[in-house]
Amino acid sequence: MSDSGRPLSPHLSVYRWPITMTLSILHRVTGVGLSVGLVVLAAWLVQAAAGPEQYQYFRATMATPIGQLLLIGWTFAFFLHMGNGIRHLVWDTGSGFEIRHANASAWAVMIFSALLTAAFWVVKL
Amino acid sequence: MSLRTPLARALGLGSAKEGTEHFIAQRISAIASVILGCWFLYAMLTIESMAYLEVTRFIAAPLNSVLLSLLCVTIAYHSYLGVQVVIEDYVHAHGLKLASLIASRFAHVFLAIVSVYAVLRIGLTV
Repeated sequence: MSDSGRPLSPHLSVYRWPITMTLSILHRVTGVGLSVGLVVLAAWLVQAAAGPEQYQYFRATMATPIGQLLLIGWTFAFFLHMGNGIRHLVWDTGSGFEIRHANASAWAVMIFSALLTAAFWVVKL
Repeated sequence: MSLRTPLARALGLGSAKEGTEHFIAQRISAIASVILGCWFLYAMLTIESMAYLEVTRFIAAPLNSVLLSLLCVTIAYHSYLGVQVVIEDYVHAHGLKLASLIASRFAHVFLAIVSVYAVLRIGLTV
């Protein structure tokens, strides 16, 4: 921050926290998280190609509580990034920019990704 | 004094002239990622188990090999485009920014090649 003593324009703390901002931040965070997930996807394939012992080692690692938590996180990240990505594709057509529409679609993406993540793991486990 | 003229310096800091291609590539790869990503999660639900035999048999099935390879390449490409924007947004030091962009490109190409190689190896040996 500037230490010149000059006045600063109002910053993040003076605004009410809008749901659209949450989604914008989450879109980027989940995107970066999914990029990290690419490494695990590649590791899964490589360990499967390396043979049964190697694969068993990978499987055991992902079966730990931390591994399971990460996998649940990545499915949530996928659904949220996908849902919000579709929201962005709709915006690209020029529609959905009304504030109440943007707020509604933001909540819809949140609920959609939470429900799909829950449904996925209920079926999987 | 510099060998470069003021005009050359100004042009060097100007537009990269390729923003539109990036925008379109990001959208197209996003659409492909939706289709392939949903297929992958569906496949992970329908696979009998995550044990070695079932997983390698799944990967080795011809259509699955093709879709998995497409998935890895498409998502690595989409990820590269996204990480590039993140780096450009947050890394301001010119040298570090260039180094990060190049490292990210290397990492993404490496991940894509490694994944496709692993899929083909399983598909052609099982």
